[in-house]
Amino acid sequence: MWTALQRRFRDGSSSPREYGTAMSLGLVAPLLLLLLIAFVYPVGRLLWNSIFAPDATLVHYGRIIEEPLYLLVLWRTLEIAFVVTVLAFLLGYPVAYAMARMSGRRAMLVAACVLVPLWTSALVRSYAWIVILQRNGIVNDLLEEAGLIETPLRLLYTKGAVILAMTHVLLPFMILPIYSILRNIPDELAKAARNLGASAPQAFLRITLPLSLPGAAAGTLMTFILALGFYITPALVGGPRTLMMSTLMAQQTTELLDWPFAGALSAVLLASTLLLVVLYRRALSFNKGFKIG
Amino acid sequence: MTSVTGVVAALGLGLILFFLLFPTLIVVPMSVGTASHIEFPPRGITLRWYIEYFHDPDWMAATWFSLRVAIATTFSATLVGTLAAIALVRGRLPGKEFLQAFTLAPLVVPHIVIAVALYLTFAPLGLTGNLTGFVIAHTMLAVPYVVVTVSAALQRFDPALELAALNCGATRIQAFFYIVLPNILPGVAAGAVFAFLASFDEATVAFFISGIEGKTITRKMFEDIDFNLTPVIAAVSTVLTVLSLILMGMIEIARRRSGYGGPRR
Amino acid sequence: MHGASVSLRELGKSYGPVPAVERLAIDIRPGEFLSLLGPSGSGKTTLLMMVAGFERPDTGAIWIGDRNITQVAPNRRDIGMVFQRYALFPHMTVAENVAFPLRMRGFPKTRISQSVAEALSLVQLEGLEKRLPAQLSGGQQQRVAVARALVFEPAVLLMDEPLGALDKKLREQMQIEIKRLQQSLGITVIYVTHDQEEALTMSDRIAVLRDGYLEQVGSPADLYDAPATAFVADFIGKMNFLDGICRKLGADCLEVDLGRSGTIILPQQPVASAPPLQQGQRVRLAVRPERMKLDRHDDRKISGVIEAVIFAGASHTFLIRLAGGEIIHVQTQATHGGSLPQEGDRIGFVIPDDAVHVFPQAEC
Repeated sequence: MWTALQRRFRDGSSSPREYGTAMSLGLVAPLLLLLLIAFVYPVGRLLWNSIFAPDATLVHYGRIIEEPLYLLVLWRTLEIAFVVTVLAFLLGYPVAYAMARMSGRRAMLVAACVLVPLWTSALVRSYAWIVILQRNGIVNDLLEEAGLIETPLRLLYTKGAVILAMTHVLLPFMILPIYSILRNIPDELAKAARNLGASAPQAFLRITLPLSLPGAAAGTLMTFILALGFYITPALVGGPRTLMMSTLMAQQTTELLDWPFAGALSAVLLASTLLLVVLYRRALSFNKGFKIG
Repeated sequence: MTSVTGVVAALGLGLILFFLLFPTLIVVPMSVGTASHIEFPPRGITLRWYIEYFHDPDWMAATWFSLRVAIATTFSATLVGTLAAIALVRGRLPGKEFLQAFTLAPLVVPHIVIAVALYLTFAPLGLTGNLTGFVIAHTMLAVPYVVVTVSAALQRFDPALELAALNCGATRIQAFFYIVLPNILPGVAAGAVFAFLASFDEATVAFFISGIEGKTITRKMFEDIDFNLTPVIAAVSTVLTVLSLILMGMIEIARRRSGYGGPRR
Repeated sequence: MHGASVSLRELGKSYGPVPAVERLAIDIRPGEFLSLLGPSGSGKTTLLMMVAGFERPDTGAIWIGDRNITQVAPNRRDIGMVFQRYALFPHMTVAENVAFPLRMRGFPKTRISQSVAEALSLVQLEGLEKRLPAQLSGGQQQRVAVARALVFEPAVLLMDEPLGALDKKLREQMQIEIKRLQQSLGITVIYVTHDQEEALTMSDRIAVLRDGYLEQVGSPADLYDAPATAFVADFIGKMNFLDGICRKLGADCLEVDLGRSGTIILPQQPVASAPPLQQGQRVRLAVRPERMKLDRHDDRKISGVIEAVIFAGASHTFLIRLAGGEIIHVQTQATHGGSLPQEGDRIGFVIPDDAVHVFPQAEC
């Protein structure tokens, strides 16, 4: 999405008629003011606190690495984000492919299955996973009725639950970038490859897959970024037993009021997100060499 | 051979789509079940939980508060975002590329960071748990969606039309209101709907800057999920889901009809 | 490399209840250039897709030489194909694109680079090996597509409106080049187009399709001079049509009543009327504009008023309105000196008997 927006903006700057600088500045001023008040200043203050509260120190950053619990949380966050991303890719690519290659009613049906979750609040969907996974939830009920277990399994508040729910919540963000790239790869290319002697798997591996890599990279990085800093799902499904960066931050601020440490955690999250955004844009510019369609 | 692989592929696809859809829509049957704890499939059908929701003063207070926040956010975000989009697309601006990226920054920064930061700054100023604080915070979160949709609409607008209007004797202001605005209106309207949902469905920031009094429906859900998991939450979830689906469905239909685009992700 | 015969035997294909191709049979000789001509939706692309293996026929069979390929996978058919928008692989260079079919066939590297060089020189693209398709002009992309389709020396080449995306001048140049290439290689070509001029210029034979049916197959001259149906008559070249009713049907004489425009008497059973005509049957007469001659004496059975005179360099075209309201085009060689009939003049014309085609009206 990011680079698509950038491209939109850039194309627009070539329009023959432009509004003057003074007027343009006047038009963006309210937005800039809003961003300064509600975004730059609060986030800046949070980060500032992590170093200069009260004196310049890196002790709060040191704690992240020194205390085994926090290091574990950091490691778990990366691990969950990674597994979620891999799962979302494996589940998402076939859906994106089907969406791009189908037509008519079938395509509408698949698109609806992707868009409806996207449009539904993440809170509602995380809540649904609680209901599915809790002690007397749907999964345990079914297993008990089938006689497979005698006492309910503890499914909720585990790493597996977080991974499952987050994969579900983030899957549309993986599917849509891949779909938007695949949709623009003409079906003729795979046909041409087949005509020229490639088997169906060869045509996919040599033509369709490489051409869809920018979308795959975009979807993967998008999912990973969102997974790193996601709060709602880990808070509800992971609980205090499966802390991630985001839930740890919430705990530090609402329960322990440790602002400098929360600031340090924010800085780590922000830095990794920023790094990934840069990678993301690199990945998308990878397709500049060739034009599809 | 092809038919076997075809069946396997269709089956796999069906399973993934089930995985996408089932947890999304399961709240609907759960909200009409008769049992007082969650059961699936429900044994009987009742509207009891909806009635309970509509008669509970706490839920109603939270719902009205969320609606007020979302409506105020819609207005402010649409106004601020539309003005900015005009300048960002059509204006001559120093550092335009940077400004464009900066405008979209709230979309990429993890919401937990924004939430904690806003809590830190707003609490001492008395901006937590009230309408003003929420509208400021949610407008900031929602405005990128407006900027994106309105920019997309402006891209498709042919500036020659505006020149023609000026040539016909319109002033710049007249040209904007008579020519530009009607043409980008679908984009502005879509942006407004996105802004409304961005605020109404928002949970992370709302969790942090809600108060005892000013509490959004999402914060109230969060609390109740933790403390008393009754089917009322399923009813509220269904209401939220249906509202989201209706609004987004409207956008999607309008987009297909007019082909105006919207924020494709 | 040399061409193979292609035999389409009673091919049928429908999408749901809608037939796309109906019981279609054509035998294409080795080395022949056959065009599939028809308006969009006539089934020509479906037919090509069946030959290439991307659509499975519901009925019938496709033979190449003595090999039945109806059930063969597309990648095992060894048929070259140039796609409508070329379908060049955007992430591969020109050389990689052309090498692709050879790599799929597991050819050794040295053999591949040699064949690629030969194919590129065949289409005069030496020196562009390292370019990506996006860096080429439309004409160059077209040549790459041709080179890629020919590099593995297929016996049959399919072309799906390959020149549709080019401008007129380049298109005419490419027509000649493709034709020359085809003749020097002796390859069999099946060429889909909706441009009748292109089909007339390039083809040994043309198959005219309409709504999935084969209307006529024959040489360009056959189709032009002896169209089998009114549709073919209309689709190929310019044609005047006059609707009327059969009146007298003598042993070797036919009178057609054109209503207020008059009557036409044909001394013998006219060209192309396969089922015998009935008295009182509605018919459609077709005459080419250049076969009609103007006659200053307006005492002819059919006459009209000149509405416009169009000068087109080598010829003049007169638009003449008949009494019944029909407009007839008459094309004459441009003459120098002498006075031409003017707009508003009443004028008669002569139609040579052998220039009239009569079609029963039901099928029009």
